Amino acid sequence: MDKVLLTRWFWWILLLPFVFAGARVVQVIWYDPSALGPDPAQALVDLFGTTALWFLCAVLFVTPARAVIGVRWLTRQRRALGVACFGYALLHWLSYAGLLLEWQWQNLGQDLLNRPYIIVGFLAGLMLLLLAGTSNNTSVRLLGRRWRILHRLVYPAALLVLVHMFWVARSDYTEVILYSVVVLLLLLYRWRYSAKST
Amino acid sequence: MKVSVGHKLGERDVTPEAVYLNRRQYLKASAVGAAALLAPTVKASPATGSADPAPLWLQAQNNQAAPSPFSSTEKLTPYEYVTGYNNFYEFGTGKDDPEKHGQDFKPHPWQVTVSGLAEGTGTFDLEDLLKGLAVEERIYRLRCVEAWSMVIPWLGVPMAALLQRLKPLSSARFVSFETVYRPEEMPGQGSFFAAIDYPYIEGLRMDEAMHPLTLMATGVYGRSLPNQNGAPIRLVVPWKYGFKSIKSIRKITFTDRQPQTTWQKANAREYGFYANVNPSVDHPRWSQAEERRLPSTLFASNRVPTLPFNGYADAVAGLYQGMDLTKYY
Repeated sequence: MDKVLLTRWFWWILLLPFVFAGARVVQVIWYDPSALGPDPAQALVDLFGTTALWFLCAVLFVTPARAVIGVRWLTRQRRALGVACFGYALLHWLSYAGLLLEWQWQNLGQDLLNRPYIIVGFLAGLMLLLLAGTSNNTSVRLLGRRWRILHRLVYPAALLVLVHMFWVARSDYTEVILYSVVVLLLLLYRWRYSAKST
Repeated sequence: MKVSVGHKLGERDVTPEAVYLNRRQYLKASAVGAAALLAPTVKASPATGSADPAPLWLQAQNNQAAPSPFSSTEKLTPYEYVTGYNNFYEFGTGKDDPEKHGQDFKPHPWQVTVSGLAEGTGTFDLEDLLKGLAVEERIYRLRCVEAWSMVIPWLGVPMAALLQRLKPLSSARFVSFETVYRPEEMPGQGSFFAAIDYPYIEGLRMDEAMHPLTLMATGVYGRSLPNQNGAPIRLVVPWKYGFKSIKSIRKITFTDRQPQTTWQKANAREYGFYANVNPSVDHPRWSQAEERRLPSTLFASNRVPTLPFNGYADAVAGLYQGMDLTKYY
């Protein structure tokens, strides 16, 4: 497998949401406590979660993009997109555990029991961790044929993310439905055309 | 009937006379102080901001507001959050949508149609409907079903006083309310992706509506209601989840049958008719045992335990004696 060539501008895309969030945090702490609204911790959790979802969609979009639109260069960036997805999912969980739960583990246990959407999200996160952890060249070499099979885990992970979002949605399902349509279309494409390999 | 506000008041809680007489100055000063702290994006607060756009008769009536023993002494949620973080899907489903998209809504002139089992049915100008009713300031906790809450200084008239002048018949066991339907001014109503059915409908049992705590709000933070808060009149039922406190009321109907409310229709398993704040009765998808008192900060999530009936149990628990609150949620 080729060495992945990450052009400079692509790095910016991966880091942009983080830089944006960081700027907001700086603003909230030093300049304007209302910059993230009245519920700043929740706003950050939502921001990182949505970003992770965007990168997940980007990963699923790579093959359809090549086949339908003819865009080939995304294929090289797919690994970086996937790792970025996991990175933001990790930030999503860290801001939840650190800012909303304030690292009170007894609250985490209570939350897990009372909020099943957390269990589902956590499961999806574990899958993404596994995928990110085996994304390096060494893993590809060591796992061989099994690597491709393992990395099909992104499909159930994507479905779990959708369930997580549906259960989180308080009273408005508009955004969730829109994301679900996008993800399901991408998954449908992969399911129909999974015989064709990169 | 004993009515209290959820904690015992003692001699030391009595407001010194000098403070009481200058309360409006203190309220304005605290709003200005909070506004200064939150610079540079502070919004026009009542003290510093633009003139109240409501008609003069309403401003005059609101300016007569007297304090109430039902008011909480807890820290107020700042004006910019009370008016900038709202669930009012008629203007969009984002929390900042009602403020952003509510500017074109015209709450005056306003009529209210009263119908059903009452003597005083008809369509009334708002001014006539409210004429002579004494406005009070009521500082209430408002608890959203989404598990966040605020402390809000409402202005309004006791619902009991308003309903009494409409002379409901003894056969009237429920009163229902309906929000205005104006898709040309309320973009969420005409949207293809409308989350709920419009116009928005809510209702109360007669004894709930006639309870001293139930308020028909005409203002907030010393001025008339901004559009995003339900101008020109809205219900405030502090011991129930926020979705019961219907906004921009256009119709009042007295009925002998329990009305089906909008959120019951949307999802009866999750949203009931009574919707009493109850830490022991969880929402199907999340716990109601705690809430986040807004504003929280980045490093302090401000979780507080949710109180039965939102802390108004002393005053209202009697209404539900003998009722199974897990069945009648």
